[in-house]
Amino acid sequence: MRVIVVGAGEVGSNIAASLVESHDVIVIDVDAEKVEELTHSYDILAIEGDGTSLKVLQEAGIAEADMLIACTDDDETNLVTCGTAKTVGDVFTIARTRNANFFETWTESEDAFGVNFMVSTNILTANDIVRVVGLPAAIDVDPFAAGLVQMAEFEVMAGSDIAGQTVEQADIFDSITFAALVQDGDVLIARGETRIEAGNRVIVIGSPGSVQSFSRTVASAESSENAHDIVIIGGSDIGYHTAKLLEESGIEPRLIEQDADRGRQLAEDLPGTIVLEHDATDVDFLVGEQIDQADAVIAATDSDEKNLMVSLLAQNIGVRRTVAIVEEGQYAGLFEAIGIDVAINPREATAEEIIRFTQGGQVENLSLIEDRQAEVMEIEVNEGSVLTNRPIRESVTELPSDVVIGAITRSQEFIVPRGETVIEPGDHVVLFVATDVLSPVMDIV
Amino acid sequence: MRIRVDWRVSCRLVGTILKWLWVPLLFPLGIALYDGTALLPFALPILGTAILGLGLEQLTDERDLRAREAFLMVSLTWLSIALVGAVPFLLAGEGALAEPVNALFESMSGVTTTGATVIVNFEHHSRAILMWRAVLQWLGGLGILVLATAVLSQLSVGGAQLMETETQTQDLDKLTPKISETATLLWKLYIGLTGLQVAVLYGLHLVGYAPEMTLYDAIAHAFTTIATSGFSPRGDSIAAFSPAVQWAIIPFMAIGATSFVLLYFVFQGNFDRLRNSDEFRFYVAILGFFSLGVGGMLFANGGPYTSLEETARHAIFQVVSIVTTTGYASTDFNLWSAGPKHLLFVCMFIGGMAGSTTCSIKTLRWLVVVKAFRRDLFTAASPSAIRPVRLSGSVIDEETIRDIYAYTLVSIVFFILATIFVVLDASRVQLTVSEFEAMSAAAATFFNIGPAFGIAGPLESYETFPQSTKLVMTFLMWVGRIEIIPVLVLLTPSYWRS
Repeated sequence: MRVIVVGAGEVGSNIAASLVESHDVIVIDVDAEKVEELTHSYDILAIEGDGTSLKVLQEAGIAEADMLIACTDDDETNLVTCGTAKTVGDVFTIARTRNANFFETWTESEDAFGVNFMVSTNILTANDIVRVVGLPAAIDVDPFAAGLVQMAEFEVMAGSDIAGQTVEQADIFDSITFAALVQDGDVLIARGETRIEAGNRVIVIGSPGSVQSFSRTVASAESSENAHDIVIIGGSDIGYHTAKLLEESGIEPRLIEQDADRGRQLAEDLPGTIVLEHDATDVDFLVGEQIDQADAVIAATDSDEKNLMVSLLAQNIGVRRTVAIVEEGQYAGLFEAIGIDVAINPREATAEEIIRFTQGGQVENLSLIEDRQAEVMEIEVNEGSVLTNRPIRESVTELPSDVVIGAITRSQEFIVPRGETVIEPGDHVVLFVATDVLSPVMDIV
Repeated sequence: MRIRVDWRVSCRLVGTILKWLWVPLLFPLGIALYDGTALLPFALPILGTAILGLGLEQLTDERDLRAREAFLMVSLTWLSIALVGAVPFLLAGEGALAEPVNALFESMSGVTTTGATVIVNFEHHSRAILMWRAVLQWLGGLGILVLATAVLSQLSVGGAQLMETETQTQDLDKLTPKISETATLLWKLYIGLTGLQVAVLYGLHLVGYAPEMTLYDAIAHAFTTIATSGFSPRGDSIAAFSPAVQWAIIPFMAIGATSFVLLYFVFQGNFDRLRNSDEFRFYVAILGFFSLGVGGMLFANGGPYTSLEETARHAIFQVVSIVTTTGYASTDFNLWSAGPKHLLFVCMFIGGMAGSTTCSIKTLRWLVVVKAFRRDLFTAASPSAIRPVRLSGSVIDEETIRDIYAYTLVSIVFFILATIFVVLDASRVQLTVSEFEAMSAAAATFFNIGPAFGIAGPLESYETFPQSTKLVMTFLMWVGRIEIIPVLVLLTPSYWRS
């Protein structure tokens, strides 16, 4: 497939890097430096120019391209780029937008702006936040097989039941498969004898219900209840969408916004949210409003520094979980190292969503683990697959060792993969695959 | 000194309205012709209003109405129709109405849809004159509909702009913003409902459930029910009729005090607006609560009614009659004990829904006051919280809330001042008026309800009050009907000075 990526920022380069192995990737960016950098690091064609210019697009071979991904930091540029591309050929266009109005328009009419698929950064991020907040101790949650299966990554807390246990001892849930452990940034496939230490992360695949129950055993005793009292700090667009999603799920969140006019606007748009107009760095105020009793605080101001600051402050006064938005990609790890429970980077989330969507062929859905060290993917298996028509016990012998069969769904039913389970053609299988064995695995399943 | 108000425009528009008064005057004229009673009381005003109206129209060619001129026009319209409406009473010279202050009081009570009467003995008056009272109220009801939905909402006073927001909707065309088109729409709905009530009342008569309800009575009562005004050609009001008639009138009073905007949607087959209206639910809850309260007390007292049906009928009828500000009486509620009487007195301050023919403070304002105050209590406990007040889902801006608080407060102040005046003026002429009677009479006139308690009770007459009190009450009815502000604005110097 020939893919043109417009915008070589964090999102664009991430996408380009992930697609380059299996596709022809052409990157367009106005910044000559970025273009050069990309050409050096990857085997891709990089063009310096404006994606909204038809000439530049033609230079990139728009007429022969199968897909165009417009992912600059500017909404209007992305939309115009898609519109321009549509004038010359029937390329499949993907646009990244921030302003939710564009997304709403696009949802109303899927041909709007000449965009075939739109990823709304802010709504996507809000969804990620709400999913993570819904599971105690979860860092990342992704749905598979239309929601029948969940992949979740948890941080094992010191007081947790499973800290110190082996995977075999911890695996007491029927519909949960332990896929991997992350120790000091390294992804290890979970074996029965692997010992889980506090501070490790575990990646599990299972039915949403069992993932929910599992999350309680991972969390320490006092933080294992479901989150009800959620405080959002900062009335940014992401903050607004997060509050709205929480409202829809029946939670009455509190939102703290410093600016009176913005606060009033939010209060009018969010009937189910208590909007507080105050400076969230005022500890007296936080304690007075009993923010310290909150189950989770979400830092969603427009500034990374402020998000870090209020998250630390929240943790300091005793908030159980803190989730912070980090715009600058390289800070995400830093935030989590300092002690913020979850740092969510909207750009990373956007790139992941677009990569997920671009996966062709068998792959229905995809999730990236720890800087692409591994992938969790959902595939529909056919007759030719090594997995079909025999028990898993037999088929695993032909798979590389760094592969875990996480879950199976058959006609909208969840099936627990066991040694004797026979996978049938047409089943959806959720696999955990280490990146270095990705290609051989894809060839046989 | 130049006057800032283009009063000629206001007068010109008043002239246009007066010019058309000959049409409604034809109706009592026809009855007079049929009955063979005096024609002059109607023939002369027909000629007079036409000349006066056409004369006023000559004042200017300008017809653009701005806010300033609109206030003057609204105030003058109600005042001038009350003055013109008194002429047939004077010319007829029958009973108490032959006296000028009484005639003006009766006419103002008519056009403001109040229903307070100075008539002592209904036998002294011709059927044509009694019908003229009903026609005045019917016109007053329609006039207030047009005023509330088309004019006041544009002037944004006293929270009346909420009427506007209530009519706005995304999935349906909003009621036509132009005054004339809105008026036509309401006119049709109003006539339709009046016709329906005539049919129901006279239908009951024809099938034998309402022997007293002649066609004349059916029309006269239909005229004053939808208008929530309450004049009856009978001395003992609705008590003169059978229980079937009393039950039948209850829903029509309730409909008359329901927002005509919502009624419009209902007749279009759209019930969602009615269901989703916070104000409508509040209005229904108010009617239910007070009916149960009054009924429960009457029942607990064991009288004056013998059967449960009778207790329920009179409790519901009286509560609906007073809350909707109609002012009919199905029974002499003066004879009730203190409990239900005081509860009924409280009903006087409520009123029906905004955008209907009702008077008083109205459920819309009370609902906003309740919601805003609940919000204020919430923010008192957590001062940094921002809590917009919502009505049927949409946010009410803070300025409107302030207007509504102010309007409600000013209404109560007017009521208190009026009460004091009634007491003082009565003692001046050595008339015994108790505080409760004075309060109820002040509220009944200022909130355009009609009958009060004691000497102003449903089967009594306001004739008893001194002339000065009757004139002040005439003023109260006028001010109360057009929502205070159009009249009060005229009293501020800055309104006139340039």
